[in-house]
Amino acid sequence: MRFIHSAEQQLIRESARSFLAEHASPARVRAAMSQPGGYDGQLWQVLSGELGWTGLAIAEEYGGAGLGWVELCILQEEQGRRLAASPFFGTVALAAPLIAATGTPAQRHSLLGRIAAGSVRIACALGGSDGRPPCAGVAVQRETCGDGFSLSGHSDFVIHADSADLLLVLTRAKAERGAGSLAVAVLPARSSGITIEPHVMLDLTRPMSRISFDDVRVEREQLLGEQDSAEAGIERALNLARIALASEALGGAEQVLEMTSAYARERVQFGRPIGSFQAIKHRLADMMIAVEAAKSAAWYAACVADEGSEELAEAAAIAKSCCCDAFFDCAANAIQLHGGIGFTWEHDVHLYFKRARALATLLGSPAWLRERLARLIASGAAPTPVF
Amino acid sequence: MRSGFTAAEERFRVEAINWLEAQLSGPFRDLRGVSSMSSPLERRKQWERALGEARWSCIGWPQEFGGRDASLAEQVIFAEEYARSGAPGRIGHMGVELAGPTILAFGTEEQKRRLLPPIARGEQFWCQGFSEPNAGSDLANVRTRAVSEAGADGAQWRVNGQKTWTSLAQFSDWCFALCRTEELSRGHRGLSYLLIPMRQSGVTVRPIRQMTGEAEFNETFFVDALTAAGNILGAPGEGWKVAMATLSFERGVSTLAQQMGFRNELQAIIAAAQANGMIDDPDIRQRLAHAHAGLKVMRYSALRMLAGVAAGTLSNEAYTYKIFWATWRKKLGVLALDVLGPRGEIAAQPPYAWDLLPHLFLGSRADTIYGGTNQVQRNIIAERALGLPREPRG
Repeated sequence: MRFIHSAEQQLIRESARSFLAEHASPARVRAAMSQPGGYDGQLWQVLSGELGWTGLAIAEEYGGAGLGWVELCILQEEQGRRLAASPFFGTVALAAPLIAATGTPAQRHSLLGRIAAGSVRIACALGGSDGRPPCAGVAVQRETCGDGFSLSGHSDFVIHADSADLLLVLTRAKAERGAGSLAVAVLPARSSGITIEPHVMLDLTRPMSRISFDDVRVEREQLLGEQDSAEAGIERALNLARIALASEALGGAEQVLEMTSAYARERVQFGRPIGSFQAIKHRLADMMIAVEAAKSAAWYAACVADEGSEELAEAAAIAKSCCCDAFFDCAANAIQLHGGIGFTWEHDVHLYFKRARALATLLGSPAWLRERLARLIASGAAPTPVF
Repeated sequence: MRSGFTAAEERFRVEAINWLEAQLSGPFRDLRGVSSMSSPLERRKQWERALGEARWSCIGWPQEFGGRDASLAEQVIFAEEYARSGAPGRIGHMGVELAGPTILAFGTEEQKRRLLPPIARGEQFWCQGFSEPNAGSDLANVRTRAVSEAGADGAQWRVNGQKTWTSLAQFSDWCFALCRTEELSRGHRGLSYLLIPMRQSGVTVRPIRQMTGEAEFNETFFVDALTAAGNILGAPGEGWKVAMATLSFERGVSTLAQQMGFRNELQAIIAAAQANGMIDDPDIRQRLAHAHAGLKVMRYSALRMLAGVAAGTLSNEAYTYKIFWATWRKKLGVLALDVLGPRGEIAAQPPYAWDLLPHLFLGSRADTIYGGTNQVQRNIIAERALGLPREPRG
């Protein structure tokens, strides 16, 4: 029984926490919100450079530190606490596992090496304009054209697209009948035929864009891996990314719980700190119950990711639904318990509330993930033999 | 950090499975799946003695008192396999899980040698005498009085008062009870933790019928009941501290075994939904998935708690565990009846006996009350884990 972070993992958490307290302060996050690209360039430079965070979970043969998803999720959790505005998730927790799961050895070597070195930012265009989670809503078509392909269509809700160097685009082959095969194309974000239109999003700390592809030419080598065999790899990568998002949501939930408990201890009304009233106490207790459940779910899923267990899809669905629900409930309660000040632009709590909503939507909402779980249950695939 | 058990721990699991299977397919096959008190008492006692003889009764205890010095992980594994095998609910559990650990922690050498081996061998059974009609959530409001006096066989305690919710009292040889031993004391001061023989004329047990229709627990009346002066754990007046330790043993290893029972209930609901087509209802699907996720989260949390106990770093998750499972199971009971539809409201047999799932619906209403109500749990979480100011108390 070793379901507890090691001393080394604890050290990673502590150093990340103290670094982010300084370099992802609320003032820095707010400044990044109004920057072009919507992220903190200086923060990105330090964490991808001297701190080596982008290579933490990348194999040593590609220039990474060779640690695992447990360690990466610690960084996600700590960044979630601070709403750190950086392209870390898209590049490191979504693009990297997609490349690792679907790329050829040469592609892995080159692309993962660049991620590990912190020399590239990658945005992933995986869904269509209806925002359905991949792979259901793929709306970029891949048509054979000479030795290569032509891509047409559009993808929406692409995180940090307007500041990316490279795009990973999930494409579906044009087929006469039925659904064509899926493949991931990698191409420079400024390729000819690509138009990127940033939205103003509910969550200002994580910008998203719509991308149009108008006869964008790619070579055969720009498709990751072998064609027709991508789907299982994509699914694995998406589950890893969901676990990373769950960890981020967990960090956000922990932070709003701490902010709100501190406020309830200090704020005096009717001659008493409001935290001495049971109406307030019980809400905060419910927040903590949700946070502790979310911790168990996120940490367990991160272990499963590293152990290569068959539980991955189930653990990812449980972690993301549980953590995103917890974060949303905690952030919503945090506004209520802060009273009027909680509704102001000046107070940070609305930033958490908005991040909570945006995280819930990304890569499958809690309800969508529960429907996936229901399918596992109905098919008898879960509950699993060892519980 | 790893999610599961080590290879050595898994080998221990195989040993446990082998013994349980041999018993429950052989001499005790009539007891497999028995959960209520409906089966004959004598068979249940035979089962307890068989566990004791094979040293599976209290594996975490020291060998000299009938245990195996098993590690926490081994205790968890045995508890899981015990529940998975369908072995019967243990009539010895108050002694094995509550009285025994408290005696190990606070008893004198003489008390340990005298009281522990009969528990481990399945020869003596215990019940808990904490709650009273006016001491529920406010447990420190105990009024049962014990007075020290000289008796024919030496010094003794004379006990008068009423305890309630005493599960298994009708089968018990001993009761561990909180009694007020200091005249005019109030609250948690002046209480002592006495061990009282149940088989004497001063003790009367009267069953209480519950909303399920069954009578699992009792009222216990002490009218000039006697116990020897040596039958006290801790010093006179320090009973509260000892009782709090007993309550802390109530959580812990048994939680994973308890979850195995929850899993059986959830599987029965899924099977019912598949049989009557409710499995296709979108709302039911969401709720089944929610229940499944909650059950898994409980398992993850239990693994976290136990790893924390082993590493000496138990923290906040321990405070939230009870309210989480109790709230989860109450919801599960409602889901069960929603899946069953009107048929779930027909009793299995007269006068008022219920099948597993309707029984879950009724029985789970107690989960958020006993062992600390959800309201008390929230106060504890808010005050101890979140550091919020205490409620002013009268």
